[in-house]
This record gives sequence, structure tokens and C-alpha cells, in this order.
Amino acid sequence: MSTPVDLKPAAERSAAGRVADVAGLGIGRAVGFVLPALALIGLFLVFPALWTLYIGITDYQLTGPAAANPQVIGFDNFLAALNDGLFRNSLWLTVLFVLGSAVIGQNLLGFGLAYLLRGAVPWLRRLTESLVLLAWILPSTVVAFLWIAVLDRDGGTLNLLLANEGTAWLVQYPLISIILFNTWRGTAFSMLLYSSALAAVPPSQLETARLVGANGWQTVRDVVFPHIRGHVLTNTLLISLWTANDFTPFLLTAGGPNHASETLPVFIYRQALEGGQLGYASAISLLLLLANLLVAGLYLRLLRRRA
Amino acid sequence: MSVRFLLRRIGFYTLIAVVLFFFAVPMLWLASAPFDARPGLGLRWPDWTLDNVGKTLEHPNTLSSLLNSLILCGIATAVTTVCAALAAYALSRVRIPGRDLLLYLLLLLSSVVTGTAAMVPIFVMMFQLGLINSQYGTALVIAGGMLPAAIFILKDFMDSVPRSYEESARVFGASPGQVLRHVVLPVARPGIATILVWAFVNAWGNFLLPFLLLRDVQAQPAAVLLRTLQDEGGSANLTVIPVFSLLYSIPVVLLYLVVSKRYGFRFHGGIKS
Repeated sequence: MSTPVDLKPAAERSAAGRVADVAGLGIGRAVGFVLPALALIGLFLVFPALWTLYIGITDYQLTGPAAANPQVIGFDNFLAALNDGLFRNSLWLTVLFVLGSAVIGQNLLGFGLAYLLRGAVPWLRRLTESLVLLAWILPSTVVAFLWIAVLDRDGGTLNLLLANEGTAWLVQYPLISIILFNTWRGTAFSMLLYSSALAAVPPSQLETARLVGANGWQTVRDVVFPHIRGHVLTNTLLISLWTANDFTPFLLTAGGPNHASETLPVFIYRQALEGGQLGYASAISLLLLLANLLVAGLYLRLLRRRA
Repeated sequence: MSVRFLLRRIGFYTLIAVVLFFFAVPMLWLASAPFDARPGLGLRWPDWTLDNVGKTLEHPNTLSSLLNSLILCGIATAVTTVCAALAAYALSRVRIPGRDLLLYLLLLLSSVVTGTAAMVPIFVMMFQLGLINSQYGTALVIAGGMLPAAIFILKDFMDSVPRSYEESARVFGASPGQVLRHVVLPVARPGIATILVWAFVNAWGNFLLPFLLLRDVQAQPAAVLLRTLQDEGGSANLTVIPVFSLLYSIPVVLLYLVVSKRYGFRFHGGIKS
């Protein structure tokens, strides 16, 4: 067995550039290894996604006659969505939520922290990074409650700090509250990504910029940004995607008051499980899926071009 | 030491102080309120006591929900890690026909089909299968959602493990099973550990799927119970919530500490950009 003869085919295949099977696993066994994962993905991701297509064109409901025997109604759900003020409201809120908390909030704060902490003393850097990362890692239900405690009208921390009795932040400023909350929660990813991106900016160029007297903003714009442009785009696409699909605002405001913080995921939930309109909710889900597909497609194109 | 330099230092520390304040304030409540004799929603220096801990443990659902979290999360994490490791290894080492397309689809799937976008069909499917309130069923749904990303991250990692190890093991006559057990698994351990932690943290904090699929309080994990505790009669139960939140957070904080100690919390080329 252990003669050089065995080595030869392997070496040849390596030389061909594409190694077919170094480990001697065999195609059959390899397929067997992949199958359990594919079965689960097929059952719980692919099938539901396809089924959304079908449920979306029916009048399926949680209870009542349309639950037992749903009828195909074609594109009526989509037409209904166009005329539904609540849907348009939630679409607009989602756009604002993504713009405010992901594109602006997490992106800028994440970059700012990564940039400022480069040269900071180690303990300060570790402390800040730990806090930001903890906000990212703590379970969403806990984090939501922490923010309810901060923003509560009676005795919430923010009102205590401002010596301000009676502002019910979650009721009076629901959208700003969830934008702030999501910025707090999600900045860690941008910070990590930009930290590793900034490590790739040549120190000599930063030094040159400093010597010619460029100020901080000029350095970022002319020296740093050209190096990390790709990262900025990647980061923005990913966090926008995640934010648009985030269900945690529900934990803070449950979409209220009076739909003022009802982003699309919350809208879908309320239509489906509180309103029982499974068909209608599915049609909205499909629109969200298509938007996701668009953003993910852009992201993949970007990956490919840079690979 | 010019004035400009000094101003810049002051600006820097002010900025960092504001950021630290912003991130720390909500979390400090988690450290103080559990041990406060009269816990409120606002942050304050507590009247230290451990009574709340006893009261929380006596609450009929707290311990069982933590146990449910452990079961749900344990199954989901184990299924994800094992399936992802097998699949990632096979995809990294063997040129299965259609592999590149499969990887492309996996990457696409991992971000496109989210729990929120697919909640209606998932709910309907589990309802029709009679799996509402089944912890095993819910764990599998969670695992299915995590698998594409897990496979992708692990495949990246497996690709970075040199093939020459396996080649030399084979030259010395090891069977594929032996190669897997004695060469691949030990070398891939850091990657697998990363996925294990990642999957655990994700499953532990998952709210939407258990909230949708586990309607019975006996089957609910901590994430869902915490929500119920808040809703109870309109006002929050402040003797139980703080301690319970802390207990529920401890596992992920511990994992975070382990990970940041062993590997450091950085991207090592995992995200290609």
C-alpha cells in the first residue's frame, strides 16, 4: 500500500490544478456526507420559500372556510397590497429603519469606532470593543427589555438622567427608538469588519498624509476610503439585508403605537398570526424575499468581481 | 505639545466616553437590578440582596424554560455542527458534479430565505405536520436555517487546511475513515469550534421561530418566556425579570469570553470583501 506508486496519481491530479479527491472519500460517500444537510435545508428553507409563492396567490386564512379550502385568487393579494395604506406605511417605515439604523447608524458608528480605536491604549480599546460586542451577542429578548427599561416613561433611565418626567419615548418616538436600538445592537459587525479592513491600509500612506498636513477628514476621504471602498459596499449590503429582515423591533414596540413602528417583518407577523390572513401575509413575504434576492445578488456579484 | 494636539486628544476622549456611556448604560441595569431589593426600571445603585434569585428560581416556569432552551439549543447546535462539518468536508475535498452551483445557491439561500420572510409557510407546514409545540421539530427548523451559512463558513475553513496532510496519511495506508478521524478532525477543530459557538449563540437568542412554533408555555424556551413575563397583566414582573435575564444571558457571555480568549474576536478573512 504505502509505496510511491500510490503517490503518483494524487500528485498528477494536484498538478492538474484541480484536485479531484485527495482524501480518497469517493463521490458516493461525499454525496452521502452532503445529503443530511441538504435534506434539512430543502425541507426548512427551500420548500417554505417555494410554498410562499403558492400561498401568496391564494386566499388562505388561519381560521374559517378559507382555512379548510383555500382558493387560488391570482395576483389579488399583490393588488390589495398596493392599495393597502398599512402595507405602504410599513414599507416606508422599513426603508427609514434600514437607512437610519443600518446604512447610517451602524455603518458610521462602526467605522468611527474602528478608526478611532486603532491607535488607542489597549485597555480602552478592549473595553470599548467588549461592550459593543456584548450588545451584539446578548439574546434579543434580553436586549429589548434592557431598552424598554431605558426608555420607559415612569422611572426609565433616560428620563431619570434628563430629569424629565413623563416622556414615553417608545410611544412618542417609536421609530427613532427602534433605530437607536438597532444601531446599538448591530454596530459590532461593522466595527469588526472595518477593523480588519483598516489593517490593510498601508501605514506609510497614512504617515505621508499626516506629513503633508492633511486633516482627519481629508485622510479618511483620500487615503483610507479608496482602500476600503469594497468593504463599505459589502458591509452596507449585508447589514441592510439583516436589518430589513429583523424581527426584534417587535419586542420593543410590537409595531405600535397605531402601526408607527411596524416594519415589514412585524407587519407580516401581525397580518398572518394576529389577523389570520395567511395568503395576504405570504404575498408580502414574497415581496420581502424578492428584495432580499436583489440585495444578495448584488452582494454576490461584488464578491465575484473582487475574487 | 501644541494646542491642536491637546484639543484633538480631548475630542477623542469625549467621543469615546460618549460611546462607552451609550453602550454601557442599558447593560448596567443587567448587573444591578437583579440584586436590588426594590428593583425598578431605572438604573440606580442597588440595595444589595439575593432574595430575587430565590424568588426567580421558585417561579413555576423559569427553570423549566431554561432547560427547554438548553434542549432546543443543544439539538439545533449539534445537528447544525455535525451536518455542516460533514457537508463542508465533502464539498471541500471532493469535486461533486454541480458543486460550484450548490455553493453559490447556499450562499444565496443563507441570506435570502430568513425566518421572517418564510414565517408563514414554516408555520403552516409545522401546523399541518402536527409539530406545533414540538421542541425537536422547532430545533430542526432552526438548524435548517443556520445550515447554509454554517456550511459556507466551514467550507472556507476546510479549504485552508492543507491537503498534503491527508495525502501523506493515505500514502502511509490510512483508510478514509482513519484519515477523517485522525487527521481531518483534529486539524479542523478550531473551525468546528467556531461553528459550534456561532450556532449556539444564534439558537440561544432565537426568538421568532420558538415564538411561532411553541405556543404551549411548557415547551417554551427562555427567549419566549421572558416576553411573557413582560406582558403579564400589562406591567413587568420586576422581581423575576432581572435575575432571569441575567441567568439567560450567562451562557452566551461565557462563550464570548472563551472565544475572545482563545481566538480573539476578529475577522480572519472569513468575510470576503
